[in-house]
Amino acid sequence: MVEDKKLGSRLFHITNYTLLGIIGLITILPFIHIIAGSFTTTAELARKPFVLIPTDWSLDAYRFVFSTDTIFRGLANSIGITLFGTLFSMFISCLMAYGLSRRDLDGRNVIMFFVVFTMLFSGGMIPTFLVVKQLGLIDSYLALIIPYTINAFNMIILKSFFQNLPEGLEESAKIDGCTDFGIFFRIVLPLSMPVLATISLFYAVTYWNTYLPAILYLNDSDKWPVQVILRQIVVLATGLNVDDSGFEDSAPPSQAVKMAVIVIATLPVLLVYPFLQKHFAKGAFVGSIKG
Amino acid sequence: MSEIQLDSDLHYKQESVLKQRKTSSERWRRIKRNKLLYLMILPGALYFIIFKYVPMYGLVIAFQDYKPYKGISGSEWVGFEHFTTLFNDPQFWQIFANTLILFGMNLLFFFPIPIILALMLNEVRHSLYKRTIQTLVYIPHFMSWVIIVSISFVMLTLDGGLINDLIVWMGFEKINFLLSQEWFRPMYVLQVIWREAGWGTIIYLAAIASIDPQLYEAARMDGASRLRQIWHITLPSIRNVIVLLLILKIGDILELGFEHVYLLLNSVNREVAEIFDTFVYTAALKNGQFSYGTAVGFFKSFVGLIMVIAANKLAKKFGDEGLY
Repeated sequence: MVEDKKLGSRLFHITNYTLLGIIGLITILPFIHIIAGSFTTTAELARKPFVLIPTDWSLDAYRFVFSTDTIFRGLANSIGITLFGTLFSMFISCLMAYGLSRRDLDGRNVIMFFVVFTMLFSGGMIPTFLVVKQLGLIDSYLALIIPYTINAFNMIILKSFFQNLPEGLEESAKIDGCTDFGIFFRIVLPLSMPVLATISLFYAVTYWNTYLPAILYLNDSDKWPVQVILRQIVVLATGLNVDDSGFEDSAPPSQAVKMAVIVIATLPVLLVYPFLQKHFAKGAFVGSIKG
Repeated sequence: MSEIQLDSDLHYKQESVLKQRKTSSERWRRIKRNKLLYLMILPGALYFIIFKYVPMYGLVIAFQDYKPYKGISGSEWVGFEHFTTLFNDPQFWQIFANTLILFGMNLLFFFPIPIILALMLNEVRHSLYKRTIQTLVYIPHFMSWVIIVSISFVMLTLDGGLINDLIVWMGFEKINFLLSQEWFRPMYVLQVIWREAGWGTIIYLAAIASIDPQLYEAARMDGASRLRQIWHITLPSIRNVIVLLLILKIGDILELGFEHVYLLLNSVNREVAEIFDTFVYTAALKNGQFSYGTAVGFFKSFVGLIMVIAANKLAKKFGDEGLY
């Protein structure tokens, strides 16, 4: 194309590519700095602030972090909550989404209205807290899962996906004597792998990142997920947050130790991200614009 | 959403024409035939009732002098007393102002960025480069606020923090970002941008992808430059999506993220940082003022609902579809 060879156009592209490169770097450099810093000595961190590749490799920070079982327990809690929570959420969300995706269902518009309304108006923190308390969920792992079973937005994405599957599939299965459960488990779910992967990722990340529910509903520090422990070690020690600090009496942890704890809390998400990343832009969001 | 609704409306209409005088027994039969589907919806419906609608009923404690051991049925009714106290409390107006300022800064500094970023990404023809940048800028969205705030704190701290070391290296005085009133708001907005700007591009990129390529072809024939094409074709084509997201944003006016602000809050910046959510948390769960906290929360939810309705009306007035 002749136009693309013009100087103006070329200048535009060079600027655009450069700016985007800088934006990408700015986004990722803090993570690299934290990871590199966690593998080096406090001495090196003090000597040259901007560590991107450590020269003095050291596992001291990690050795220190794992010298007590606080982090281990936090990791175990978070892994358990994430696994059970994601499975439970996906199960309940998919069932509801499939039921609502069937056009021959009386009253489905009414139910949808009641779902969408919860996205616009809510009882808020205290009334929800009182419900959780009434149900006896305080200080139970279930308090971090059951009150968050369905994310309305995720459920609607699932519903639009199920709804866009060809209707003929269900009809022919019905003629063959398949029940609604059979259609759902044997036909609909296997055909929905991309959207299931995407929404599972969303739920899993939410459960891994769970923080507010833990400070609301858990007094028992043995049940704390890793995010709460991260806050105790980094935010309270650095920001001098006055509300409630569990680490007052001990000396503030060193920079390298804080970085190591951040890496530990971040790593699982970074590890699964490349595997699922390819799905979400396509599967979920293009559908949700129209749906 | 409207397309699907239209579809099902049509479906119902056809059905009602076919079965004139649809008797209730016929409808009952249809419901019974679908009983498995209702069974599948049931657990989800119970969830919404228990954790979304029962708390809405729980808002009545804003009009009571709620005592945890007496419960909703046993507590004394006080009418609008808590709301009167609220509106006479100077701290309430301080919090209101803080909330509005943070919201305004979000709208002004954050909202346009995903649009600009999407336009820039869309111009990249080299698909590997584009995908790499996208992969990078999406990542922070998957990090919790605890992680984002922790990374910032480690970088901003006075002793050994990267940013302050750089400031000293350039010959300036250290800045105590974390314990200061002036730096709270910029820090808050920059963290929002860092976490959400990339993720926000997804919806705009999807909208841009659905623009008819012939429009660009025609513009090129007429000799329009890249920037003119963006201005006259891309932007008007995604106008609907921009308006829609603006409505959603305005509806979320008071949703500034409890976790985010709570993590940044300390005794020094409290005057500028306290927002409705953090106030509710402190009032109710720390100081035991359940009814007062609920009244503040109620006020917040109510204003939010009014704002969505108003923004939606406004959008329809200007000729866009709106949210519903």
